[in-house]
Amino acid sequence: MKGIIELQMWQMISAYLFIVLLLFIVRFKKIPREKEILIGTIRMSLQLVVTGYVLVYLFDNVNPIFTIIVIAVMETFAIFNIFKRSKSTISQKLKLVIAFSMVVGTMSSLFYFLLVVVRLTPWYDPQYFIPLAGMLVGNSMTGISLGVSRLVDGMQDQRHLVETALMLGATPKEASKSIVNNAFDSAILPTINSMVGMGIVFLPGMMTGQILSGVSPVTAIQYQIAIMLGIVGSVSLTVILFVQLGYRTFFNQEHQLVLEEN
Amino acid sequence: MFQLNNLKYKSILNIDYLTIPQGKVTCIIGESGSGKTTLLRLLNKMISPDGGTIHHNGTPLQEMDSVELRRRVVMLPQAPAIFPGTVKDNLLIGLKFSEKPLVSDDQLNQTLQMVSLKKELDQKADKLSGGEKQRLALGRVILMEPDIFLLDEPSSALDESTEDLIIKKLVDYCTEKSKSLIMVTHSKRIATTFGEHIIEIKNGEIV
Repeated sequence: MKGIIELQMWQMISAYLFIVLLLFIVRFKKIPREKEILIGTIRMSLQLVVTGYVLVYLFDNVNPIFTIIVIAVMETFAIFNIFKRSKSTISQKLKLVIAFSMVVGTMSSLFYFLLVVVRLTPWYDPQYFIPLAGMLVGNSMTGISLGVSRLVDGMQDQRHLVETALMLGATPKEASKSIVNNAFDSAILPTINSMVGMGIVFLPGMMTGQILSGVSPVTAIQYQIAIMLGIVGSVSLTVILFVQLGYRTFFNQEHQLVLEEN
Repeated sequence: MFQLNNLKYKSILNIDYLTIPQGKVTCIIGESGSGKTTLLRLLNKMISPDGGTIHHNGTPLQEMDSVELRRRVVMLPQAPAIFPGTVKDNLLIGLKFSEKPLVSDDQLNQTLQMVSLKKELDQKADKLSGGEKQRLALGRVILMEPDIFLLDEPSSALDESTEDLIIKKLVDYCTEKSKSLIMVTHSKRIATTFGEHIIEIKNGEIV
């Protein structure tokens, strides 16, 4: 098994030719997206270069404080990204629920994965901790984002059914059951779908990366299976926490439906 | 049965004193926007007043569990809500929500008859017309056999003869089973024909 081919400067530059090609196409087709493509490319390049150097520094200076700072930054970005991505208004209480579910859901899955499955020592070894944390946090973020919009929109759109259920003596839990189940369902569906297509429709990124760097495909697959199970666990845990705590924010102590007016 | 004192709700309702007697048919009348629906919603704690008190059989509502109260004081909203599924599903859903024992198909058919709805139990409910949905929603509430019915314009989508027929059956049922009926209606005729106690609201105040 060979190690990875290091890319030289001119090889990197030649990769950017794809973007130049894309720019030609959009100009020719008169699609007004040149600015976005340029900004996207530049941001991607800068962010990755900086991250690369940060990771090199972290790997050379292994320290639990640094690892904790990295995970804190990741969680914060993920949580604010969920707020930003939501098209519906999210109440202050629901924002707290989102933050709580993200932190508790992803962290418990991550530590289970690192300490029980991988048996990492020290637990804060950034070479494992950071990439694995990124995958769990990233996938959970996508899941919760879908769940948030289904839950908030469901409560708004089906307000009449929820209120009628309350009038018929339902508990808030019963009254919002179908909305909650629907939100959970739509939040975990992409993860389930990606498991179904995995290995046939596409080779997952982590596995591809390991194979490129010279790791045996068998080892790469072991890791991929394990991380996929970790992702499913993390997404489900995060989303179940979110929907179970989240629906309550739409009701007050008197079991009345409270919706923020848009 | 209900006693309201110095009640305030936003700028919608302002009631100094009001009592609603037990075991009677009470009709609430008034122009649209006068606060009739708001009054009903206050009685089963779908909303809480900003000021003042509501007592139910001597106990202040704020000391009662909302869900328990709503299982005895069931409200039918003006726009009928139809849940996904069949006529049967929709009839039974009130019993399910309030955790009461379910009933036989015979009983469901009797209820359909009572609200003059000639439909099969396994028919899809969302295909019904507006008036049919209203009667289905009423049937659902009757099946729950609550102590108190809070009905918001239960016959607004019905023609006059069907309206009379159904309200008559409902009033007879309540008298026979000594239930209380509190009904918002736009129809003075219904109120004077069936109401044993009439409350008129104007601009949020009792006239």
